[in-house]
Amino acid sequence: MSRPKILMNQDLLEVVIQRLCYQLIERYSPFDQVVFIGIQPRGVFLLTELEKQIKRIVPDIPWISGVVDPTFYRDDFRRGDKQLLAHTTKIPVHLDGCKVVLVDDVLYTGRTIRASLEALMEYGRPESIDLLVLINRKFTRQVPIEPAFVGKSIDQYDRQKVKVLWQKDGEGENQVVLSQE
Amino acid sequence: MTKDQLSTPHLLGIKDLTAEDIALIFRHADEFKEVLQRPIKKVPSLRDITIANLFFENSTRTRLSFELAQKRLSADVVNFSASTSSVKKGETLVDTVNNILAMKVDMVVMRHASPGACIFLSQHVDVPIINAGDGTHEHPTQALLDAFSLREKFGKLKGKKVLIVGDITHSRVALSNIDCLQKLGAEVMVCGPATMIPKHLGQLGVHIEHDFDTALQWCDAVNMLRIQLERQEASVRFFPTLREYSLQYGLTADRLKKVKKDILIMHPGPINRGVEISSDVADGSQSIILDQVENGVAIRMAVIYLLAQKIQRSQ
Repeated sequence: MSRPKILMNQDLLEVVIQRLCYQLIERYSPFDQVVFIGIQPRGVFLLTELEKQIKRIVPDIPWISGVVDPTFYRDDFRRGDKQLLAHTTKIPVHLDGCKVVLVDDVLYTGRTIRASLEALMEYGRPESIDLLVLINRKFTRQVPIEPAFVGKSIDQYDRQKVKVLWQKDGEGENQVVLSQE
Repeated sequence: MTKDQLSTPHLLGIKDLTAEDIALIFRHADEFKEVLQRPIKKVPSLRDITIANLFFENSTRTRLSFELAQKRLSADVVNFSASTSSVKKGETLVDTVNNILAMKVDMVVMRHASPGACIFLSQHVDVPIINAGDGTHEHPTQALLDAFSLREKFGKLKGKKVLIVGDITHSRVALSNIDCLQKLGAEVMVCGPATMIPKHLGQLGVHIEHDFDTALQWCDAVNMLRIQLERQEASVRFFPTLREYSLQYGLTADRLKKVKKDILIMHPGPINRGVEISSDVADGSQSIILDQVENGVAIRMAVIYLLAQKIQRSQ
């Protein structure tokens, strides 16, 4: 197997995340009724980074965030050998009338987002839901879902795997890598 | 690496589960408990699964709890109770179940008065079977929800001391609880009249104590069992009178006051108020009886969900 190619190193990643934060501030300031929801498991890391940066830029921002686990809503339950393990869902507020920003690291087929949307609807009827992703794989979508905020768009072959490595995974630094399956 | 599936295709008893299996069930029960707090307490995971609840013996709580768990997972449910069925006409267990399965049922939950009935059935049909109590043998989901409730209060069970009081001989709850608690690292003591404690129980590694007050001082939590009058032969007397039993082994506020620490009080239900437990204790601040009932639905959802993952979807 060839060595994974680094698509984004730590420095670039920081710049991209900062840009996303400014876009969010531009769109949502003063953050009235805005709820940030990270998708389990990996979107939560990105959410934490966003929170850190936004709070640095606008220190007294009213920040509401939660995490959602799409496992129970997935459409591949009992298909194939893969077992679907649940993660924690924690939505701190009733979502009626809220503006939700759904956060994930890589947008691939769109099926995880579809399941997450269904899970979110159990918590009320949000006024709007926008999707923010760090990496948008453009030509791999299987359901009609498009992000509103994108860190970087890439158009790689299906058999290539894009992974965002977070320091929390035990890796040296945050980076985005591309590897052959 | 977390274990990602149960090591058994059925839930026939705690005996078949490993400590990792129990951890996996608890982990999912935590998530399902969160689902049960939502405005919409339902997930669509089991939309295409049909489950038959076969109750050859009476039940209120367990049956309702199973049915709610199934419905919260969006499964279709059919219920069957022996009193209104062809069992009365002489049909065998395997025939009854095979007829139900012919109607495309994917999973069976069964309660039966004969110990081992679920094990027997698992050898004759090829759908996942969940034991909802088989005679005096096992009641695995009860043991799981008891341990889950204790874990919720204590954080972890390792090193905790749990006392089980009452009719150990006729209790499937006791046997499953002993096994489950030991697998999670807790110490177990049983207490009751000598006539109601099986002779070889010590071999399971449990402490045996006949004096209730001594036993209470030892434990961190106590599980009060109901006297199973329906399982006792009328000709055999295990204790002189209910009143005497109650005086010796009934948990009352006075008795509890003498215990130096705050212990947790459990009961698998149904409660015979004034016999094994007094009303003020059952409804008191140390009682987690209603937590047990609440957790029962989450535990059963977890078990059903994990077993259903093993059923391949027909294409």
